[in-house]
Amino acid sequence: MIGAARRDWLLTEAPASRRQARLGQSYRLWMAFSRNRLAMVGLGIVLALVAMAIFADVIAPYDPLRGGGLRTARLLPPSAEHLMGTDDQARDIFSRIVHGSRITLMVVALVAVIATPIGLLVGTCAGYFGGWVDTVLMRITDVFLAFPRLILALAFVAALGPGIENAIIAIAITSWPPYARLARAETLTIRDTDHIAAIRLQGASSARILWGHVTPLCLSSVIVRVTLDMAGIILTAAGLGFLGLGAQPPQPEWGAMIAAGRGYIIDYWWVATMPGIAIFVVSLGFNLLGDGLRDILDPKART
Amino acid sequence: MSFIDRGGVQSHALFHLRRRGWAVLRFAGQITFTFFGLLLATFLIGRVVPVDPVLAVVGDRASQSTYDAAYIALGLDKPLWEQFYLYTVRVLQGDFGQSFLTKRPIVEDIARVFPATLELATVAILLGTLIGVPVGVLAAVRQGRLTDQIVRVLGLVGYSAPIFWLGLLGLLVFYANLGWVAGPGRIDIAYEYNFTKVTGILLIDTAIAGEWAAFGNVVSHLALPATLLGYFSMAYISRMTRSFMLAELAQEYVTTARVKGVSEARIIWGHALRNAAVPLVTVIALSYASLLEGSVLTETVFAWPGLGMYLTNSLQNADMNAVLGCTLVIGAIFVGLNLLSDLLYAVLDPRVRRS
Repeated sequence: MIGAARRDWLLTEAPASRRQARLGQSYRLWMAFSRNRLAMVGLGIVLALVAMAIFADVIAPYDPLRGGGLRTARLLPPSAEHLMGTDDQARDIFSRIVHGSRITLMVVALVAVIATPIGLLVGTCAGYFGGWVDTVLMRITDVFLAFPRLILALAFVAALGPGIENAIIAIAITSWPPYARLARAETLTIRDTDHIAAIRLQGASSARILWGHVTPLCLSSVIVRVTLDMAGIILTAAGLGFLGLGAQPPQPEWGAMIAAGRGYIIDYWWVATMPGIAIFVVSLGFNLLGDGLRDILDPKART
Repeated sequence: MSFIDRGGVQSHALFHLRRRGWAVLRFAGQITFTFFGLLLATFLIGRVVPVDPVLAVVGDRASQSTYDAAYIALGLDKPLWEQFYLYTVRVLQGDFGQSFLTKRPIVEDIARVFPATLELATVAILLGTLIGVPVGVLAAVRQGRLTDQIVRVLGLVGYSAPIFWLGLLGLLVFYANLGWVAGPGRIDIAYEYNFTKVTGILLIDTAIAGEWAAFGNVVSHLALPATLLGYFSMAYISRMTRSFMLAELAQEYVTTARVKGVSEARIIWGHALRNAAVPLVTVIALSYASLLEGSVLTETVFAWPGLGMYLTNSLQNADMNAVLGCTLVIGAIFVGLNLLSDLLYAVLDPRVRRS
């Protein structure tokens, strides 16, 4: 796949430039990662999900929201024509699952984009400043950790009103505390090192040290944690959808699709079963990917 | 000479006592703060997060007079800090307000439905522990071999499958198709009034009354949801048992025991597991607490009349007070179990006790 000369350039013991060193480091990580077969399966699943979301219009053979004839095409079992059968509104379940990948991916991405910076900010500030800042921020974090995640998300959605946007906000609000704890622990080990002292002596402001020098060093372990959490985020979102608090009909959200098929699962098993398989496969993918990333980036945390 | 020595010992002991007293005080302070935080969080969710807290309680079809009455009843005409003070006082008196759905005090509702959840979660954690610990030990002993791989796969499935979906599939296969277990609910209506409800835990109540047919029916209803929840805690407990056991088996005292000629079974189950049991207690307490979370979705699927179903029903009917009451109770239990595990840890591990 990669030429011998290029490979030597990447793996050299004496890189000539920063860029070469960085690329070489990434290449070494990639080699370690690609040796882990399960992690590669996970990466494959996640990439397939992304591809499915991008090309949903091309892949899905039918309209995800409008069904066929209500008299002829309702609750059809899986067949060549409808790979996963049709639901009670005569909609093709496969097409709905393909389009539902967009919702799942949006939830995961937005929660990560909202929760990671909050956790990093709270954690690095608490760890770097110490004293009462640390006490106050960590006590607040503890309060959020004192609720089981789904329960707190349920309470928030109950207050904000059901809907996919509010579900995302609720999941993000309940996701950041572990990241804050992790970032704080990392910051504590970094803040007293010589290179931070040197930067401080040069007159760098606290904000500059935190943003430019502490945060980058916390990033890799927080990213591993976020990846490991993504399966949990998907399951929480699906749970909210199942309870009718997430995406509202007719949106093809997987959890809500299971709820819709629940009433007639005994006679028409595929309606509730198929979206569940989709949730299962995707969370499995994120779990495998997260485990693999943890193994190469943070060998200490291996269990 | 001996007098001075004794004095020295005494002041040393006093120093330790003082340090321990200080630690207890700090601990008590942390607990108080966390519970205060729980109160503040639920208060904010109920009063500040909704665009209009009155609408969240009475619904948007209420008349103006109902709206005004609720506005006064909620104390929204008072400043926020005073509202929070009143809320705290009421909760501490055991008053969570009235449910708009059942028209009863929420505390009574929660007390009524709680035994159902307790029964389900307790049977589940027993299953999870009794299966999870031995399986985890075996996986550690046979590291990298088939048993280990099976445990790993079971764990991955447990972390990845939506619990409500597995519940539905379980009902489809074991209730509808095979007929091995009873369907949704806690007990068939035919048995419901054959015994008096003393504890609210039907396994105990039916056994006390000697109604063994009813007992069997309760077991049949309990089997599927408890196995399902038990599976999820088993996945977690076995994974943690495995890693604790691997750490213990690598210790030198294990080698010493082997050299002394102690049998392998005794080393594994007697020496290593006993030491691994200390951190395991924490893991089991935490997974007992997390069953509260799992019960919300499981109870909904199995029409199990517990705290989880009460919470979901309240959510779907926008009964905000009941939702917050449940959230507060679940949060308090969660914190309580965490504390309990910390205390047990200190009791079981002399190293933690001393430091």
